[in-house]
Amino acid sequence: MNAPLAPASVGVVNAQTAHFDQPIRLKSGDELPAYDIAYETYGELNAARSNAVLVCHALNASHHVAGVYEDDAKNVGWWDNLVGPGKPLDTSRFFVVGSNYLGSCFGSTGPASIHPATGKPWGADFPVVTVEDWVEAQARLAERLGIERFAAVIGGSLGAMQALQWTLSYPERVRHSIVIAAAPRLTPQNIAFNEVARQAIMSDPDFHGGHYYEKGVVPARGLRIARMIGHITYLSGEAMAEKFGRLLRRGTPGFDFDIDFEVESYLRYQGDKFSTYFDANTYLRITKALDYFDPAADYNGNLSAALARAQAAFLVVSFKSDWRFPPSRSREIVRALLDNRRIVSYLEIDAPGGHDAFLLEDARYHNALRAYFANIEL
Amino acid sequence: MRPDLDAIVKWVAPGARVLDLGCGNGELLRTLWEARQAPGYGVEIDDASVLACVENDVNVLQVDLESGLSLFADGSFDYVILSETLQTIHRTELLLREMLRVGREAIVSFPNFGHWSARLQVALGRMPVSQTLPYEWYETPNVHHCTIKDFEDLCRRLGLRIRERLALHAGQPVTWLPNLLGSVAVYRCSA
Repeated sequence: MNAPLAPASVGVVNAQTAHFDQPIRLKSGDELPAYDIAYETYGELNAARSNAVLVCHALNASHHVAGVYEDDAKNVGWWDNLVGPGKPLDTSRFFVVGSNYLGSCFGSTGPASIHPATGKPWGADFPVVTVEDWVEAQARLAERLGIERFAAVIGGSLGAMQALQWTLSYPERVRHSIVIAAAPRLTPQNIAFNEVARQAIMSDPDFHGGHYYEKGVVPARGLRIARMIGHITYLSGEAMAEKFGRLLRRGTPGFDFDIDFEVESYLRYQGDKFSTYFDANTYLRITKALDYFDPAADYNGNLSAALARAQAAFLVVSFKSDWRFPPSRSREIVRALLDNRRIVSYLEIDAPGGHDAFLLEDARYHNALRAYFANIEL
Repeated sequence: MRPDLDAIVKWVAPGARVLDLGCGNGELLRTLWEARQAPGYGVEIDDASVLACVENDVNVLQVDLESGLSLFADGSFDYVILSETLQTIHRTELLLREMLRVGREAIVSFPNFGHWSARLQVALGRMPVSQTLPYEWYETPNVHHCTIKDFEDLCRRLGLRIRERLALHAGQPVTWLPNLLGSVAVYRCSA
């Protein structure tokens, strides 16, 4: 047996793009005649093609899961703490695929892409895409890469919804599904947060009904507020208190509307940063994808009936401080899997990070993922 | 393996569906799978034990037993096992009822507080410490100690039928004066 590797980075990686000419029919009824999917891979696909793991990303991330780019050493993949040689998802054993979703602004075909018929950006005319559509596109990417069956599909939050949907869309093509910080469908409260974010974007005068590209502007103010709202829900109250307290930036109250408290500074910074790199039309669509996700909808709301066709073994993980998708939502998934006598383990991690805990390094969380992956036979 | 677990493995029919409450590192579930081809799930709250279960490749669910067994549908198991965990449970009656809601039979093992060494230590004015009761009073996770007689009283009160009983000491069955000479008791009950 080889000695375990010391955890390391996958190093310099390259983003790739797969072009598909075969039209894709979306859940909305719309059709995309052709499209691109951006992706990255780490490690080697083995001869039996049995070691592929698909990493699905959440709201604002991309296919850049691990490593750095040659020309941008600071751009570290969003799940670099998990994926790499000697890391819990060990790229010396697994062939890891990070796939970008349809409608993204990071390389896959999306609202900012050029509409083939008009020669102009799609903008508001880009269809609303769903989790099911993303899985369909990923399945085609898998075929392109010669992967008939994934050893595992893993994701957190919106990525977890994709990991779950994979077991329903293609039950025979997923051996393990790792569903982290998930919900089987959004609550009205979750949808309400998304709607406020969308309204912030759409009421920005620079939005122009979604056709802002041709005007040479971006609805940055709207995006900024949307991101602030999101950030509040990703962190736990405890984590915010720990991180910012009630510290005053200027030492004393200003009795004005400049930044007083640290948390205001943080939100403004996060909002500003986001508005420079994320596309507003994409944001509108991914929040809709979240809102629409509901595998039980076709089964009178019965999640157990909806999950009956899943064949994969499951690992479900939740975080106690997550109030956006709290543990009770993950337990709904677990209960439905138990009703179907599926192989399932469930971890409820007492980590303080809130919804974002799935991105953070926590020994209990990462050790469990490491142990789970180590037991996946190749 | 602990002697009570050996006894439990023998009681479980091949291919039966089992739920192990307070499953520790998953050793019993793993043995039941290997020796009896009995698939199952464990419930465990402790982080280190949960990790050990994942390492042992057994299904583990990290939920609190004290809130009942709401994850599990009625009659979903052949056996629900509670091995050397009964004495740590606050809501004992609720859990025993829940066990027989989700399972056809309940298998329960516990350290017998009626064993002569415990009685002797109490008679000498001390809280008992022994191999089966290894904790000092100030550090024990145990909250509800009972004797063989006490447990049978509770079964009667809850209307549980005792199908099988085994008293053990030092890994050997005890048939004569079990409540005095048995340090561990194992029961199989049904509704």
